[in-house]
Amino acid sequence: MFCGSPNAEAAEPNVHICELCTGQPGTLPVINREAVEKSLKVGLALNCEIAEYSKFDRKNYFYPDLPKGYQISQFDMPINGRGQMTITMTNGDTRTIGITRAHLEEDAGKLMHPAGADYSLVDYNRAGTPLLEIVSEPDIRSAEEAKVYLQELQNIMRYLGVSDADMEKGHLRCDANVSLRKIGESGFPPYKVEVKNMNSFKAVANAIEYEIKRQAELLDQGQTPARETRGWVDDKAITVSQRSKEESQDYRYFPEPDLPIMQFTKAYLEELRRDLPELPKARKERFMSDYSLSDKDAYTLVAYKELANYFEHVISELDEWLQVEKQADDGKYGFAAANWILGNFLAALNECKMLPQDSKVTPENFAELIKLIRQGKVSNLAAKDVFAKMFATGEDPSNILDELGLAQVSDEGLILDVVRKVIAENPKGVEDAKTKGEKAFGFLVGQTMKELKGKGNPQVINEILKKELQS
Amino acid sequence: MDFTDLTVKSAAELLAHKKISAKELFEMSLKRIRQVDDKIHAFLYVAQEQAKQQAVEADQLIADGEGFALTGIPYAVKDNILVKGMQATAGSKILENYKATYDATVIKKLQLENPVIMGKTNLDEFGMGVSTENSAFGPTKNPYDLTRVPGGSSGGSAAAVAAGEVLFALGTDTGGSSRQPASLCGVVGFKPTYGRASRYGLIPLGSSLDQPGVLAKTVEDAAIVFQIMAGSDVHDSTTLPKPVPDYSAFLKPDVKGLRVGVPKEYFIEGIQPEVRQIVEQGIAKFQDLGAIVEEMSLPNAMHALSAYYIILPVEISANLSRYDGIRYGLSVPGKNLEEGYFQTRSQGFGAEVKRRIMIGTYASSAGYYDAYYKKAKQVQVLIKQDFARAFERYDLIVTPTSPSTAFKFGEKTADPIQAYLEDIFTVALNIAGVPGLVVPAGLTSQGLPVGLQIIAPHFAEEKLFWAGHALEQALNLKLKPNL
Repeated sequence: MFCGSPNAEAAEPNVHICELCTGQPGTLPVINREAVEKSLKVGLALNCEIAEYSKFDRKNYFYPDLPKGYQISQFDMPINGRGQMTITMTNGDTRTIGITRAHLEEDAGKLMHPAGADYSLVDYNRAGTPLLEIVSEPDIRSAEEAKVYLQELQNIMRYLGVSDADMEKGHLRCDANVSLRKIGESGFPPYKVEVKNMNSFKAVANAIEYEIKRQAELLDQGQTPARETRGWVDDKAITVSQRSKEESQDYRYFPEPDLPIMQFTKAYLEELRRDLPELPKARKERFMSDYSLSDKDAYTLVAYKELANYFEHVISELDEWLQVEKQADDGKYGFAAANWILGNFLAALNECKMLPQDSKVTPENFAELIKLIRQGKVSNLAAKDVFAKMFATGEDPSNILDELGLAQVSDEGLILDVVRKVIAENPKGVEDAKTKGEKAFGFLVGQTMKELKGKGNPQVINEILKKELQS
Repeated sequence: MDFTDLTVKSAAELLAHKKISAKELFEMSLKRIRQVDDKIHAFLYVAQEQAKQQAVEADQLIADGEGFALTGIPYAVKDNILVKGMQATAGSKILENYKATYDATVIKKLQLENPVIMGKTNLDEFGMGVSTENSAFGPTKNPYDLTRVPGGSSGGSAAAVAAGEVLFALGTDTGGSSRQPASLCGVVGFKPTYGRASRYGLIPLGSSLDQPGVLAKTVEDAAIVFQIMAGSDVHDSTTLPKPVPDYSAFLKPDVKGLRVGVPKEYFIEGIQPEVRQIVEQGIAKFQDLGAIVEEMSLPNAMHALSAYYIILPVEISANLSRYDGIRYGLSVPGKNLEEGYFQTRSQGFGAEVKRRIMIGTYASSAGYYDAYYKKAKQVQVLIKQDFARAFERYDLIVTPTSPSTAFKFGEKTADPIQAYLEDIFTVALNIAGVPGLVVPAGLTSQGLPVGLQIIAPHFAEEKLFWAGHALEQALNLKLKPNL
């Protein structure tokens, strides 16, 4: 945040450090412009009020992971003020979560406690990296809401290119304040429990569930839970008391004399706003209206930014082709592409733990496959084999079709010959089809398909078979 | 040739004309240190080997025609300014074994001209004091009277220059730390505008008040040295990217037309009669030199000391938190973390440091912050306004530097308030951020030096050098202690 040490993971402790982030005497902080700009983008995305002036303050406390004995943070003039975001629950309900503020500060190092040792070690690699603390209003009412809120926050950070916001890697951390009140009551409960140490969305949800249960039991017994900080122990699935908060610590905040006050002009903020990328919510809505995707499918795509990007590449390839062919878009190309991407493609990616952009299937080839399916040149079934080969080799689908001989048979003459053969060989089936309907009819279709080695165009088979049975 | 008669200017001329080598200058400086430093204890560390190496390099550069104004000039650095690889104790036991891991920006800038660092000088612990009596490594003595203090906190640097051990020295100035010892040791002391020179690599005392300072034998020398130190620094966000004028162009013998204000509040009771007399003589000299001198008022200036002793301790209380025994410096183990902190800081810090940490912690704690720190910051605004208004009318303001001459050891240690009052004429400049220059104005009947303080508007250092140089030439004192 205030020095030039790399903000990167390291296998070794104390390698991404310099005189500044180890608190050597005489060092001075210099504001990281990029961190400020990214924080403002977050503020804009969360609809925060952004004041013209913002400043840094010193938050004073002693701890070995804090190299200067104070943390440079923001007290009364945070970079982002009040804001809000709307989240969508899995059942489709929306909730608005208020943002109190989002302020910038520097991170501390990490303490390590070697097993059995009578000492602790400190690693300053992380010390001094920029941290944006987003404080939400007490609007979250369930563990599920907390989880969705965090997931959507993560997605926004990724869309903004601000952070990978990976909880497992500590890019996104969450302290959850949990307290309960009786249904129908208003106002804040007389206590608050802060829960820390959750490093996955699941852990956050589990920890909150646990706390709700623990606190409810105490309240039911007529006790008031203690004001404290508790830590989530993932393998035991419990929270344990870490520190009492009965006495509030005085951090003796005062303005950081080493740094000037920051000023953000209206023009600068407007420029940032203009350059904001499309955010997940807007993109999801666009996917739903342009490609008739379901809420769930659109959400899945949008939540996986790289997959959504891939999808858009495939769409633009399809659009280009439709234009060249002067074909009207019946609106179903995008839908088909989304289904294939969310189905076979996503499954294959997950299996190989691969990112969409790293796969051998180019968006151009992917578009071609969709095109071949839509044109009836390959059956859905056969297309799965084609896709598997595409994914493995990166070959283009037309070549694979030729190679594997999977091209769909739509030749009416050929199909008519086979249909007549099947009718001749299955008098019982023909009888059933005429009297018993759909299911028996399906049997004849199956027989025809079998003769055609699965390559027959089912639509053409259907039509010809119907016609033949009627004649 | 007597080394103690040399100045930066004259030594550079000798070097340029090959009448002396940098190595010879180094040897003369070292010899003088060996001769007198046992008596005055200006140095905490003499960098003999490194200095010799630097002198040899300087000679090579001069031979190659690549010498500059400071090439080969021996100087000393206050021990709260970081020189890579050298100790930087800040006069404190807590940093007794600390070695600097990087160069302060002012050192980096100076080293571009290859002067020779003779060593590190004594100071009051972390710069907290007016006499060097608060140094963890014993006090420095005034070269004019070994029973008296040299002033502080840059007492080591002032004494080293006064005693002729080096040709100039770096100090720091938070409330008068370069100017008051200059006055007490009969040398030139300079504090730039806050933001004119980099603080990067100065062990901070009060971050919003600190500036590097210069101790020199002449105003011209101070200007030559500061010319190189001045300017903005990417590592110090409180520096301003204003162009630095060529100070030498302002060194003129007269001050015709210069409007000089003399604030009546600075001639209070309690000021030693002889100090007053010498300062008034100096002011009269300005008139002789063509300046328009008028009595005027800085109504809030006397509140500067009160504001200073709130703002400064608050910043100290945070700035000194990093000395916790975890990463470097003194580390006294304890049964647990808290006891380790307690032991380290109890044993590592001296009484004055502890006092100010406590005052600062108190003044910034919840419930007291508004009454003390916030109030002090408001007073600071008023004082700034005082100066701004005054400088609409005057080019410069002239005052005494200190109410008294060098005092005896122990005289002001019993009552910290007495020591704090030493800064009464100097702190307002730091509170307002304006630059100041102290020029020797005479000796008392006891043979103790008295300096006159000149104050200029923000970023008008050239006016200080101009007026200071003219006064110095006119007074023609050529002070030198008998050691």
